[in-house]
Amino acid sequence: MIWKSALRRLGAALIVMVGISMLIFAIARVMPGDPARIALGPNASAAQVAALRAERHLDAPLPIQYWEFVKALSRGDLGKSLYTNRPVTTDIAQFLPATLELVIVSAIIMVLIGLPIGILSAHFRGRLPDHVGRLIALIGVCTPAFVWGVILQLFFGYFWPVFPIEGRLLESTPVPPDVTGFFLVDTLLAGNVPAFFDALHHLILPAVALAMAGLGQTARLTRSNMIEVYDRPYIEMARAYGFRPLRIATRYAFRPAFIPTLTILGLEFAAMLGNAFLVEKVFGWPGISRYGVDVIIRKDLDAIVGTVLIIAAAFLIMNIVVDILVSIINPRIRLAAGRG
Amino acid sequence: MSEPVLTIRDLRLAFGGRRGHPVLHGISLHVRAGEKVALVGESGSGKSVTARLAMGLLQESPRVHATGSIRFDGIEAISGGRDIARRRGNRVAMIFQDPTSALNPTFRIRGQFRDVLRSGDRGISAAEADRRAEAALAEVSIPDPKRALDSYAFQLSGGMNQRVMIAMALANRPALLIADEPGTALDVTVQAQTLGLMSDLTEKRGTAVLLISHNLGVVREFSDRVYVIYRGRIVEHGTTAQLFAEPRHPYTRALLAAIPKISGGGLPDLPERSPEFESPLIVHEGCGEPVEARA
Repeated sequence: MIWKSALRRLGAALIVMVGISMLIFAIARVMPGDPARIALGPNASAAQVAALRAERHLDAPLPIQYWEFVKALSRGDLGKSLYTNRPVTTDIAQFLPATLELVIVSAIIMVLIGLPIGILSAHFRGRLPDHVGRLIALIGVCTPAFVWGVILQLFFGYFWPVFPIEGRLLESTPVPPDVTGFFLVDTLLAGNVPAFFDALHHLILPAVALAMAGLGQTARLTRSNMIEVYDRPYIEMARAYGFRPLRIATRYAFRPAFIPTLTILGLEFAAMLGNAFLVEKVFGWPGISRYGVDVIIRKDLDAIVGTVLIIAAAFLIMNIVVDILVSIINPRIRLAAGRG
Repeated sequence: MSEPVLTIRDLRLAFGGRRGHPVLHGISLHVRAGEKVALVGESGSGKSVTARLAMGLLQESPRVHATGSIRFDGIEAISGGRDIARRRGNRVAMIFQDPTSALNPTFRIRGQFRDVLRSGDRGISAAEADRRAEAALAEVSIPDPKRALDSYAFQLSGGMNQRVMIAMALANRPALLIADEPGTALDVTVQAQTLGLMSDLTEKRGTAVLLISHNLGVVREFSDRVYVIYRGRIVEHGTTAQLFAEPRHPYTRALLAAIPKISGGGLPDLPERSPEFESPLIVHEGCGEPVEARA
């Protein structure tokens, strides 16, 4: 039932992916500038540039080029980066896990801190905890992630140097054998606990910097949705029947309020993939967002298309996951799906 | 005559603090054990607010300024607090206008019923709570209690939800049941059925009922005694028989005249305000304040 609707959404997502691939494929190629010339540099001869253009079918009509791209994609080949001269899939496999690890930890921080702030704000509406919570949320929302990055580096890396400000691990820590690409997981799989804590230590500042905007948004949304729910008859009923205030807040008011919040949380999570770029720059984090911007600047055609497709796929998958979660916590949708 | 379960004396309420907007101007009423009392008035007269104050539901708000006295079950509830909170769902329960929206849409009846029973017995086990919930639902003639417990409110009909509410309200055998326009959101037949059910069950258990209503037909069927409330004041008080046979206050007369009649003639007008309606309280014979409260 739920899975049936998830499959339907997956189908829709595939269609969206085809559309995005055509769009980004065309956009990357109509942008001014000759990618072969940029890749080979100003000193290359015209013959060398022409050779590279021929090798990459850059002179063929767009539909032909797209067809070649699709054929290669069906073999799991996203082409070759003009810049690193490696298969794009290799580059992505190297950079994507770093970003995913960062974004996932940020999302966890966003939820674990943003939700309680929102719940407490609504519960103590108009009183001190509410004012504090709203202030935190407001500052979080209106300060860009890279500013958070610099502030956190300044305070916790310089004035009070308790956190490293760059990279994923110390120089002295051996890079764990690559299994998932998530250092937090790989270090534990390798049984290297000190390396795990080193990776975590490096993750905290960038993850907090990236989480702040979403955290503020989560707190604000949770608060306003909770306050709306507090006016519903079923909350008066809960109070009239002597349910404990804490139980009302965390259960009877939270669940109905969380349904609309969750949808936005999914979007915030997806937005982090894009925002990660600035945080990755500030913290020297070798992630896919930084890679994506680098390849756009170099007009590295295959790499641009590959990166955009991967990020779009992550976005779409996230949306499907959120839809499934919403239908799990919202009985109306769950039961309607069961009938259909 | 038994001692009242609920005695409200000179209850005044203003929204927005001491100098705020006055809503109640000295309400006094009492409900004795096992008695069915109606509080009748048009919307905005202050009847619902009186009921909510009696349950201590409004006092938390800093905008609410209430004075006077609300004695319930041996405690003073005028300023809210833990004593009255502990009695909610246990010694006093409430039935709402629209039962479907009064049940949480994201939890099954089972979970909500368990929490209701926990208000009466904090240590009750889930299995014991379910057993008692099933028995309570069977008592309100719900055909398949197990299935009802596993349902969400939006899966049940309004009438079914009303029965569930009645079962929840009476599950902990409260001394007082406050029914706030019960079932006004339901159709007339279902409303009559559930009122009958509520009447039977409370009579059987000796539960006192404070019925809040604007519907004089319902009041006449249901209650022993009636308070008529107009713009935050009680204007007439008597037994149901007295009041319907011989309404004395101009407002009560106007209310009674406004009951639509099948014989035709359309709906008579009830003037929104009239200087006559402000005339002083009329108490019918034998309906004075209880001796205990006066002392």
